[in-house]
Amino acid sequence: MKTVYNRPKSLKKRVFHYCPGCGHSIAHRLICEVIDEMGIQDKTVGIPPPGCAVFAYHYFDVDMAESAHGRGAAVGTGLKRANPEAIVFTYQGDGDLAAIGTAETIHAANRGEKLTAIFINNAVYGMTGGQMAPTTLSQMVTTTTPYGRDEKLEGYPIRISEMIALTKGAVYIERVAVNSPAHIIKAKKAIRKAFQVQVDGLGYALVEILSPCPTNWKMTPVESWKWVDEVMSKEFPLGVIKDTTGAKNVD
Amino acid sequence: MSGNAAIGEAAIRAGCQCYFGYPITPQNELTEYMAQNLSRRKGCTFIQAESEISAINMVYGASVAGVRAMTSSSSPGISLKQEGISYLAACELPAVIVNMSRGGPGLGSISAAQSDYYQSTRGGGHGDYRTIVLAPSSVQELADFTHRAFELSDQYLVPVIILGDGMIGQMMEPVEFKHEAPAELPIRERALRGAKGRNSRIIKTFTSNPAELEEINWSLFRRYQLIEKEETTSESYLTEDAKLILVAFGIGARIAKGAIKTARANGMKVGLFRPITLWPFPTKKLQELAKTTKFFLDFEMNMGQMVDDVHLALGDKANISFYGRPGGVIATPAEVLRVITRLYHQKGLDTKK
Ligand SMILES: Cc1ncc(C[n+]2csc(CCOP(=O)(O)OP(=O)(O)O)c2C)c(N)n1
Repeated sequence: MKTVYNRPKSLKKRVFHYCPGCGHSIAHRLICEVIDEMGIQDKTVGIPPPGCAVFAYHYFDVDMAESAHGRGAAVGTGLKRANPEAIVFTYQGDGDLAAIGTAETIHAANRGEKLTAIFINNAVYGMTGGQMAPTTLSQMVTTTTPYGRDEKLEGYPIRISEMIALTKGAVYIERVAVNSPAHIIKAKKAIRKAFQVQVDGLGYALVEILSPCPTNWKMTPVESWKWVDEVMSKEFPLGVIKDTTGAKNVD
Repeated sequence: MSGNAAIGEAAIRAGCQCYFGYPITPQNELTEYMAQNLSRRKGCTFIQAESEISAINMVYGASVAGVRAMTSSSSPGISLKQEGISYLAACELPAVIVNMSRGGPGLGSISAAQSDYYQSTRGGGHGDYRTIVLAPSSVQELADFTHRAFELSDQYLVPVIILGDGMIGQMMEPVEFKHEAPAELPIRERALRGAKGRNSRIIKTFTSNPAELEEINWSLFRRYQLIEKEETTSESYLTEDAKLILVAFGIGARIAKGAIKTARANGMKVGLFRPITLWPFPTKKLQELAKTTKFFLDFEMNMGQMVDDVHLALGDKANISFYGRPGGVIATPAEVLRVITRLYHQKGLDTKK
């Protein structure tokens, strides 16, 4: 019989604490598959954030250092500069990367830090109970936008990946989703590339993952997967946002 | 050499491999010294970060990687670093943090002040932790204490603060660099550099189990007790026959010394007690002095912060007065002398045997 799927070596044998239908566990698995395939388990250091993924260090079988909320890119900068041989990835939510950690992220990207950022966009603050995130869609109801996000009062959903793409130090940015097998296959390819960019020493790479959060979206898993296609990816279009990895001269 | 540059040179000689800073007066000479002398050194990193928050978190990252790292700032920037310092303390990660403090609160002024005593000695950020705090009062001490800060930080796995001020950072004095780092510093044992040939490891602070967190706090507390026992330092100057002892730290102690010299020349038996480690505070030494001297005058360039520790140490066993100048006003030795003279007469020390 042919084996079509195995638990990745760099994914610990532990039951995920994530809610049913949540995208975090899929993202974890994809990262671990990539780490295995690239043979970099013994030189990878991951930086998990406060957020639903705060316990990511219980799942990834690589060295892991917790970061303060939003500071992953700065912690990663220190780690990578102090030990350039390491492969360093940050794992960040949308509150973490696009609100409190905006400055750290933009400037790490602009310096072209050799980091791989995995950015989980679930349009809410999951861990703290479903509050508005900078990525929360217009009219979307959260615990802190009980009347729906009003653009005039609460601003617009932010496309932080496009903002980061404006920095010259960011060389590869792609937005993917983990709501269907086809999207998952694409997501893995993007993650693989974002790690390869670091191995090749090219600059900052980021993969934004549209990730369902049925619990806080108050949907069933199946509804949430549909919602990613029908609503979320209209605001956050999937695809490569920037790729200058092939360019000889970035300017 | 300026005090700020002396710290930079001493840090490089101590094997500091990573420096992360953000411009703020009065410590820019240190950041600039590192840009000049560290940034192009093999295996070393200098980054002018986008904020003090980023700088301290870069220090955290470098410390996780197991190398010697430092950052520097002045009061408002040090406030921003507090979250990061709390994380460093929680993760038992070494780091050296220089505060060339200035007048506050708020943006305050850029002139020398000592108003960050509370912040430095009470942890500073959230949670139940301490940092070792060294208070130099000369450029030579800035150099020596920088070396010591790296050693202490590595030995006890706690962040160490060097609490200077705008005056000491910018004054020029001759300095001798007495310490050299070994050609290659070992990478610290708990470092995360990839799990080659071993199990993967975690550096973290968060736990959902209060009992586990209590155990971590107990372990930190026991380390702090050991530091109190082993590393408390102070200087006593002309205290043996003193009827009045001034208590002052850092630049304040230097000003006080000037006043004491003149007071002695005028026949007043005055001495100085200078805490060098502000945390741990040299309580025992101060208590010893109170066995023979009953009058103490605490002088600080703030409205009375260290004086709390003096009260805690001496209780009602001594008569404690306070003189302070806040807001970045630098008291002169002549001014302190006037206070000494007045107190000396008021307490009848000139008539008593
Ligand atoms: C300085 C600070 N502020 C607030 C928090 C509380 N907090 C923990 S996680 C989080 C945001 C989580 O949202 P997100 O980054 O989107 O990740 P998710 O939980 O949705 O995966 C917040 C606000 C914190 N830990 N630290």
